[in-house]
Amino acid sequence: MIEIAWSNFTPWSAMVGGILVGIAAASFLLLNGRIAGISGILGGLLSPAKGDIAWRLAFLVGLIGAPAVWILATELPPIEIKAGYPALIIAGLLVGVGTRYGSGCTSGHGVCGLSRLSLRSLAATLSFMGAGFVTVYVIRHLLGA
Amino acid sequence: MKFSLASLFAGLVFGLGLIVSGMANPEKVLGFLDIAGLWDPSLAFVMGGAIMVGVVAFAVAGKRTLSFLGYHMKMPANTHIDKRLILGGLTFGVGWGIAGFCPGPGLVALGAGEIKAAVFVAAMVAGMGIFEVIERSRAKA
Repeated sequence: MIEIAWSNFTPWSAMVGGILVGIAAASFLLLNGRIAGISGILGGLLSPAKGDIAWRLAFLVGLIGAPAVWILATELPPIEIKAGYPALIIAGLLVGVGTRYGSGCTSGHGVCGLSRLSLRSLAATLSFMGAGFVTVYVIRHLLGA
Repeated sequence: MKFSLASLFAGLVFGLGLIVSGMANPEKVLGFLDIAGLWDPSLAFVMGGAIMVGVVAFAVAGKRTLSFLGYHMKMPANTHIDKRLILGGLTFGVGWGIAGFCPGPGLVALGAGEIKAAVFVAAMVAGMGIFEVIERSRAKA
């Protein structure tokens, strides 16, 4: 049986934040005609075509600059990173290679792909979510880390 | 210029959304991925909220050949579900489960000044570089 962590569950802020993410993806799509896929926007910088660099950097500056804009209004919510450095390096490598081979991540396949009812993106989303569930199960419940 | 400004805006709102939603915090993401422990369904509500808006936007976009700023709509044409897609997704998912970071939240946490997020992002960019090197050597062969 699944037990819900009621004390951690934040449906309203999750929903409001999700709507903001949706507005971001919608504006990128309707203004620029593109899919807001973060791994693709970042990865595309590694083999850039002419005239293809500035907008990618602009998107990333906005994303990375979001906390700086946030603290103009209020304190940042906590960011708890429990993984150690070796785990972070392995995780980063896997996320980098995997998102490029799979042509997308949580934003491109998960948010945009599912919004456009793409079966290919559904398959990708099920793959990374499934692998995520299994990995956390193995780490937390089999290895007990 | 307009294109880059719209990109900056989209990136910023995306990042703010990730902060509001709690998804910039890897512990929160891992709470969702840990269905056998005490489960935090919040991430599903983030996806739900985003997709609610996204479905409308893509329905509008589907009827247009040019964006509202006059750019060509660049939609993915590939509909194949192949080995690359699935193996790539599985690889990404394992990395996601190890640290609780996917690319967007990793970059936002980096912007918040978290050294550990910077290490994650550096490794992620290195992983993307490894992909580029392999792809290029394959293209030559």
